[in-house]
This record gives sequence, structure tokens and C-alpha cells, in this order.
Amino acid sequence: MGETFDVAIIGAGVVGGAIARELSRYKITVALIEKEVDVSFGTSKANSGIIHAGFHSPPGSLKARLAVRGNRAFDLLAEELGFPFERRGELTVAFNDEEAEILRRLYYQGKQNKVQYMELIGKERAFQMEPNLNPDILQALYAPTAGIIGPYEYCFALVENAVENGVELILGEKVKEINPAKSARFYGEGFKIKTEKGLSINSRFIINAAGLYADEIASLVGLNDFRIFPRKGEEYLLDRRVGNLVHRVIFPVPTVKSKGMLVIPTVDGPVMVGPTADDVESKEDYGTTREGLKRVFEHAQKMIPGIRNKDVITSFAGLRPVATGNDFIIGTTKVKHFINAAGIQSPGLTASPAIAEMIRDILLHEGLKLEVKRDFNPIRKPIPRIRRLVEERDFRPVRELVRENPLYSRIVCRCENVTEAEVVDAIRRGHTTMDGIKFASRARTGRCQGGFCTARIIKILQRETGLPLEKITKKGPGSELVRGRLPKGVTV
Amino acid sequence: MKRFYDAVIIGAGPAGLAAALSLKRNGIEKILLVEREGYCGGVLTQCIHNGFGLHKFRKELTGPEYAERYIELVEKERIEILKKTIALDIIPLEEGLTLYLLSEEHGLPEVSARAVILAMGCRERNRGNLNIPGTRPEGIMTAGLAQKLVNIEGYMPGKEIVILGSGDIGLIMARRLTWEGARVKCVVELQPYPGGLMRNVVQCLNDFNIPLYLSHTVTRIMGNRRIEAVEISPTDETAGPKERGRFIESCDTLLLSVGLVPENELSLKAGVMLDPVTGGPVVDSNLMTSVPGIFACGNVLHVHDLVDYVSDEAERCGEKAALYIMGRLKKKREIPVRTGNMVRYVLPSRIDIAEPVHLSLRPIAPEENTHLLLKANGSVIYKKKYRKIMPGSMIRFEAKNIPEETESLEITFEGKTG
Ligand SMILES: Cc1cc2nc3c(=O)[nH]c(=O)nc-3n(C[C@H](O)[C@H](O)[C@H](O)COP(=O)(O)OP(=O)(O)OC[C@H]3O[C@@H](n4cnc5c(N)ncnc54)[C@H](O)[C@@H]3O)c2cc1C
Ligand SMILES: Cc1cc2nc3c(=O)[nH]c(=O)nc-3n(C[C@H](O)[C@H](O)[C@H](O)COP(=O)(O)OP(=O)(O)OC[C@H]3O[C@@H](n4cnc5c(N)ncnc54)[C@H](O)[C@@H]3O)c2cc1C
Repeated sequence: MGETFDVAIIGAGVVGGAIARELSRYKITVALIEKEVDVSFGTSKANSGIIHAGFHSPPGSLKARLAVRGNRAFDLLAEELGFPFERRGELTVAFNDEEAEILRRLYYQGKQNKVQYMELIGKERAFQMEPNLNPDILQALYAPTAGIIGPYEYCFALVENAVENGVELILGEKVKEINPAKSARFYGEGFKIKTEKGLSINSRFIINAAGLYADEIASLVGLNDFRIFPRKGEEYLLDRRVGNLVHRVIFPVPTVKSKGMLVIPTVDGPVMVGPTADDVESKEDYGTTREGLKRVFEHAQKMIPGIRNKDVITSFAGLRPVATGNDFIIGTTKVKHFINAAGIQSPGLTASPAIAEMIRDILLHEGLKLEVKRDFNPIRKPIPRIRRLVEERDFRPVRELVRENPLYSRIVCRCENVTEAEVVDAIRRGHTTMDGIKFASRARTGRCQGGFCTARIIKILQRETGLPLEKITKKGPGSELVRGRLPKGVTV
Repeated sequence: MKRFYDAVIIGAGPAGLAAALSLKRNGIEKILLVEREGYCGGVLTQCIHNGFGLHKFRKELTGPEYAERYIELVEKERIEILKKTIALDIIPLEEGLTLYLLSEEHGLPEVSARAVILAMGCRERNRGNLNIPGTRPEGIMTAGLAQKLVNIEGYMPGKEIVILGSGDIGLIMARRLTWEGARVKCVVELQPYPGGLMRNVVQCLNDFNIPLYLSHTVTRIMGNRRIEAVEISPTDETAGPKERGRFIESCDTLLLSVGLVPENELSLKAGVMLDPVTGGPVVDSNLMTSVPGIFACGNVLHVHDLVDYVSDEAERCGEKAALYIMGRLKKKREIPVRTGNMVRYVLPSRIDIAEPVHLSLRPIAPEENTHLLLKANGSVIYKKKYRKIMPGSMIRFEAKNIPEETESLEITFEGKTG
């Protein structure tokens, strides 16, 4: 890669993605570098998908300021980029006087953070809103500005739109060395980024958005002033059949470490419960535990007694990148032109649009000329889905879709009613692993968890990409689906 | 394709095929067989091993051979088949039923039928339903998917294999993968007895010295990209997994053979009532569901171990559906059939005393030298000795000569004689 980029962003999660999309408005050259084979494969794929109202973080913190500001950006973003987003509201419930006191404190904290439209409400109102709540609650804090999104759809949309507007996406390249550029005497005059596979990328600025590994990226330029500690969150997804147990996100009163374990409606329909918050040793510790499951359900059942763990169809764990100091670390560093967007733990998803704006302002302040592109296209069109139409027996628009694109007549995932049209669309948008296709199309996310559609998706993927089966992976090299062909000549 | 049919059958696996034939042979002309795949035969098409048709044809056939016999007959009878067509929805009306189909050729047509036979088969239970803790790497798949990869696509799912669950498909795959050069490390079964047929345990595990750990389960999955190992723990019926005796087995593949679930999404949409034990529709002695005009047979009704039994059941179902369409279904008086000692379920759970009726049942646990008793109002009207009963082997018999005055029947195992 001969040219020198104005900005290289390391890490394509929601933070790197939001920054890339924001910077793609301007006449600068931007590279987005990601070690995994697809974007959003880090923390951004495994979270609760909540756009928080913003009353949880202490006033004055970056977390508080950016969450509240980020929250407000989502209506426009969702409209422009076509990802699912619904302002459902959050309800935090208190069971006794002590907890009610904490609710009041949260309420005032929210006021200080400039969260709008919050209300402390009584039991009756809470029940009207959420009939499945535990009848023993005392009071609730209602924050209507909170919302839910499809987190990976959001990240995919950001990156897709950024690429559409000229950002260079470099996938499957892990940054392992950062040196001053050839002609430069020190970092500030330009960086030469080297990847594990030997690619080198020159750039004037670096944005460190490497999530869990942001401390390691910083140390590549000699910065060792913070560390990232992984904090695990286990989440459990329930069967669609359970129905809409809740309409809003239901919170208990928070603890020091986390917002507590929640009952979460998802944009796809099924209810999710979680997450736990446990500090772990390894940045690769993605295991769920028997004990975690137990804890999540105890907490969830206390709020919504109708929830049962036998309805779990899948579970996962995500790792929050918690930095020294417990707040986001965003800003310039001792190394000129090396800028951190690090330690983006919860509410990082919510804050991401505001983080992107903050980074833009820092770049401007650091002397990068940002001239708006006249041909910036803010719109990304998603493919229409048939699931809801089929569920609601609204067959006419389905007929239209089938007429326009016969691939809509082939149902690939029967649990979620995902058609071949949607799977092909995901592949053509660049998602060529089984997980990538799953996140982009929702196929394999239902109750049979791929038992039925895996073989079909493999076929479609082979047809669309020409990949041999032994090259097809779940999430990149090392996760191949099969281990080679059958030895020849053996028959039954 | 027509707009009106006497009968629409959903699914052209062995159940759908046999039901279609039987409808035709019982005088029904306007029949439509709807199949999601581009071929008929259902799951049989991927079962290339022997052992099908012993009861039905007195001959050992492979799955595809067994299916072929029925497909030929259906074609000879000129029964209309729509392949690559999925039944999306069934709406019961005052008179008859409306179906919405989805296919590339016809778009999204609406058809009406006087009767519908559900024959959608079943699907395999997957990891999510088991809540196994640990990571989420590649290399964990259902035994049926592995069977498809090996038999149809010609690929090896892995080289070092642990199988969780001792259902028949898992057992068959243990042998198949060993033949292909994989090392099957062990089969792990939660219950104190194997889930599949005894003949499969002997032929697929014992003959290859593959250990079967009964009363054990997988308690953790390890590895981030591809599975690297599993933790296996002994279990206790009441207390769950135990730490004592726990061990780690390295592997690159975990096959799940942990049971089948009847595929009833469509049935639920149509308002069909399901039985929580079988996972299939509740039916009467005519194999009719709680929705008038909707019948069910094969694995969608309850999971069968032998395809021969599926064909039998489907033939009876077709016969009854034909009578229903012609308005000649006999109805006298319905009575409940209760499950007694050691019986997990009995199907149908309500019968009409008008005619003899075929009952299918499964025991809760294995037992030797026991008697099956059928009691009418508490007194035994049928008795049969069994040397060995197993949850993996379905038991069938015909209940006849039920006394007129019977209020309820009970099926129970009793009287150890050994
Ligand atoms: C269980 C859980 C629940 C959460 N719920 C919410 C919520 O409801 N609402 C909310 O607002 N927030 C939530 N969060 C927080 C939110 O998910 C994170 O703040 C956000 O995803 C962080 O995004 P990121 O882009 O910083 O990190 P990531 O998504 O981890 O992105 C960093 C990327 O950098 C890449 N990378 C790392 N090292 C290198 C390298 N050397 N070279 C190239 N690339 C590299 C990684 O592969 C990764 O893709 C939750 C977090 C967890 C764990
Ligand atoms: C993986 C596996 C391996 C097996 N191995 C053996 C064995 O070794 N020996 C043995 O005796 N038995 C075996 N069985 C059991 C035996 O195959 C079954 O008993 C038999 O196939 C059941 O027949 P069926 O017609 O009920 O279901 P299936 O064979 O499953 O057929 C159902 C058909 O319905 C179609 N369908 C489903 N939904 C729709 C819809 N909405 N619209 C249109 N079409 C639809 C499906 O595509 C399929 O073709 C096995 C079963 C499985 C699942």
C-alpha cells in the first residue's frame, strides 16, 4: 500500500466503524484496519444492544456525556443507515425503600447528565406499562429515551456506508508493529503500520479503537499509561415462542460494577436476559458458565417471574474493555498524532456516534484539514425482510418481493423465515463467514440454531463465492467447518 | 396446479408419500403433495446405511432404496407433487382449509383443501437447547448435519470426535466416521441406558471398541475458533453433574445426537394443539388433530425409530383422511387413554371405541421381563410379555374388543416375572 492515508483507524467495532463513517464525510483518506475477517467480531457483536438513556454514569464522566449525546443521534442514524432501532424506554425497578432511594439518586444523576423525560413512577403505572412485572415492586424509574438496536447490523451499516464513501477497509490484518514513517524522524511526522502478515500501511494519524487490545496497540508506540481489563458479560436468548414478556428494557437498581442483570427485548423479537459482570483474566475467555446462567435467571426472575431457563435457545459471552480509571480514554497522547478511543466499555454502543464526533473535533484541533465532500452519500439501503410479514399473514408484499426476486421464494432459515434473497444479500455485502452471514441475515439465530439451514447456507456461499467447502469458516481461519474431503475409495 | 384439492399433504418424506398413496387407494383423486426440497424421500435420502424395510418389505434396504419404492408408486399413481415448495401457513375455515404455499415456480399461491395431512418430520435438538456452558467454537454440530456432510457432500467433519447422546443417528455416525478414518473417542449419554436401538449399540460401538459413558454428560466446551476439548462429568439423576470422576477429552468435533423434536411451527400457526410430552399434535384414533380436517403422521406426530412404522402410520392416516373427505368417518364415543406405570406416552391419547385402534407407546426406562397391560375401567383386557423394553424402541399393538361400557383405558407395565 504505497499511498499515505490521512487517518488509519485500528479496530472495526462500533467505535472504529462510527469514526470511519464520520470521517468519510470529509475529503481525507481513511483506512480502517481489522484483524478479524469481518467487522463487528469483537465486543461489538456480543452485547445487550441497548441505547441507554444515560443516567447510569457519574456526572462529569466521558461515559455520561457521550452516552447522552450519542443516544440522541440514533433516530437520524437509523433512518440513514437502515438498521433496526426502536425507542422502547428503560424501566428500573425498586423492591424496597433502600432501592427506591437509589432510584431517586439515579433520577437526579440523570438530570445532571441532561437525560430528558425521565419520570419516577408508581407501581400502578409500571404495571400498566409492563404487565409481567413482579407484583412486589415498589417504584420505578422510567426513561423513555432509551432504545434497542441490532448491534452488528448497526456496525455493518456504519462500515458499509463508510466504504461506500471512500474509506478503505482492510480486513484480516492484525496490527503488530507501528514505526515512524521512513522519511520521518519521529512518530508525529507519519506512521508506518505493519501487520502480522507483512502488510504495511502509512498514515499521518492513528486512531486506536482496538477495544480489548487498545492497551497493546498503545504500547506499540511506547505508551504504557493504561491497561485494559476484560469484564465478562454472559447473555441468554430465549425462544421466540415465549412471546413478548416485556416491551421495555427492565433493570434492577445498579451495583458498583454494572447496571445489573436485565430483561431485554430485542429488535428481532425474542427476549434476552443478562449480562453478568465478572472480571476475568484472559481477553479470550468467552465461555459461559453454569453459575452465570443461574445468577442471570435468579435476577431476571425476580423482576419478571414468567422467565424460565428452559426456554433458552442460545447463549454467549462478551468482554467489556474496562480501562484503568474506569472511564473512556479518548484523546491525544504523548505521541503526536496518535489518538486513543480506548476503554470503551458500556455504554460504548450508545456513545459511539458521539465518540466519532469527538474524535473528528480532536483531529480538526490537531491540524487535519476537514473539508466536506459534496458527494457524501449518507444513505444505505437494507434489504427487505419477510419474517414479520409472514408472521402477520401479510402475504401481498411477500408476493411482490417474490415477483421481483425469485430468491425470496426459497426459505433458508425456517425458524426465522430468512430467505435466500437475504442470505445472498449478506454475502454480496461482504459477509462470507457463517457468523458474518448469521449476523447480517439473521439465519441460524432461531431455535434450531442452524440445524436445518447450515447445509443450505454452505451451498449458497459456495455458489456465490466459489469457495471450496474446506475454506468455509465460522469466523475466519482456524474455524473451518470441515476437515477435508473423505479419503478416496472408501465406500460403505 | 389447481385452486381446490380434496387433500393437501405437507412433506414428501416417507410419511407424506405413504399417506398420499393411501389416500389415492382409498378413492381420493384430487391430491397435492407439497415438498420443500427439490426431491422426495425426506431424511431417508441421507441415510445410506442398511436396515430399512425389515418389517415392511422383509428385506434390508438403504434409506434411499426404501424411499425409492414409495416414490415410484406415487409417480405411477400420478399424484401431483410440488417440489421446492414450502407450506407457509394453514388457515382453518368454517368449511375446509386454506393453505399458503411459497415456491419459485408459482410465487405465493393460495389453495383450498378439505383435509390437510401434516407430514413435516422432525428436526434435531441442538446445543442451545442443552445449555452446555463454555465457548462457542466451530466443530459442534448435530449428527444429522454431519451425516449430510459425509454422505451427500463427501467431507469429513473432523478427525477426533466426541459424540454427545446415544440416539440412533449418533451411533450410526460413530461407525461411519470410524470407517472413514476418524477417531471416535467416546459416546457420552446422560441417561443410565442408551438412547438408540440395542442393535445399533452393538454394531456401531461395541464392534469398534468405542467407549459408551452412560450417566455422563458434557459440562463444558473449550476452544475459541475450533473446539479443542470437552469436559465430561458423571451425573446423578437428582443432583446433576458431579465433580468426582470429571475428565477432559480432547477433540476437534462434538456431534450432538440428543434427540429429535417434531417440526410443528406450521401446526401451531394453524391452531393445532400440541402434546408437551411428544412435541407433536394431540390426535384422536383417526389421527386427526384438534383442528377438524387436519391430520398428522410420521415424525411430526411423534418421533419414530423405524421408518417402517412411519409408513404404517401414514397409511392408516391416509385411510382415515379419505373417509373424512367422503364424510364417512365413524364416530361413536371417545374415551381417554391414560398412561400408567413406566409409560412415557401413549398415542393416541383419546380413542373412539367404534373400532379397533393402533396404539404406539414408549416406556420411561428400560426394564426386563415385564408385562404390558391394557386395562378397561381398571380390569385387564390385554396382556403381553416383553423380555426387554427400552425407551429407544417404540412399542405398537392393536387394542380391540374394547367393552362397550368402558369409560377410560389405561396402559401400564406390571408384574416382574423374571
Ligand atoms: C455483555 C456486554 C453488554 C453490553 N451492553 C451494552 C449496551 O447494551 N449498550 C451499550 O451502549 N454498550 C454495551 N456494551 C458495551 C459495548 O458493546 C462496547 O462498548 C462496544 O462494543 C465497544 O466497541 P469497540 O469498537 O471499542 O470494541 P470492539 O468491538 O471490540 O472493536 C475493537 C476491534 O479491534 C480489533 N483489533 C484488536 N486488536 C487489533 C489489532 N492488533 N489489529 C487490528 N485490529 C485489532 C478487534 O478485532 C475488534 O474488532 C456491552 C458490552 C458487553 C461486553
Ligand atoms: C438424521 C436422521 C437419521 C435417521 N436415521 C434413521 C435410520 O438409520 N433408520 C431408521 O429406520 N430411521 C432413521 N431415521 C428416522 C426416519 O428417517 C424417520 O422415521 C422418517 O424419515 C420419518 O419420516 P417423515 O416423513 O415423518 O419425516 P421426514 O423424513 O423428515 O420428511 C419430512 C419432509 O417434509 C418436508 N417438509 C417439512 N416442512 C415442510 C413445509 N413446511 N413445506 C413443505 N415441505 C416440508 C421435509 O423437507 C421432508 O422432506 C432418521 C431420522 C433422522 C432425522
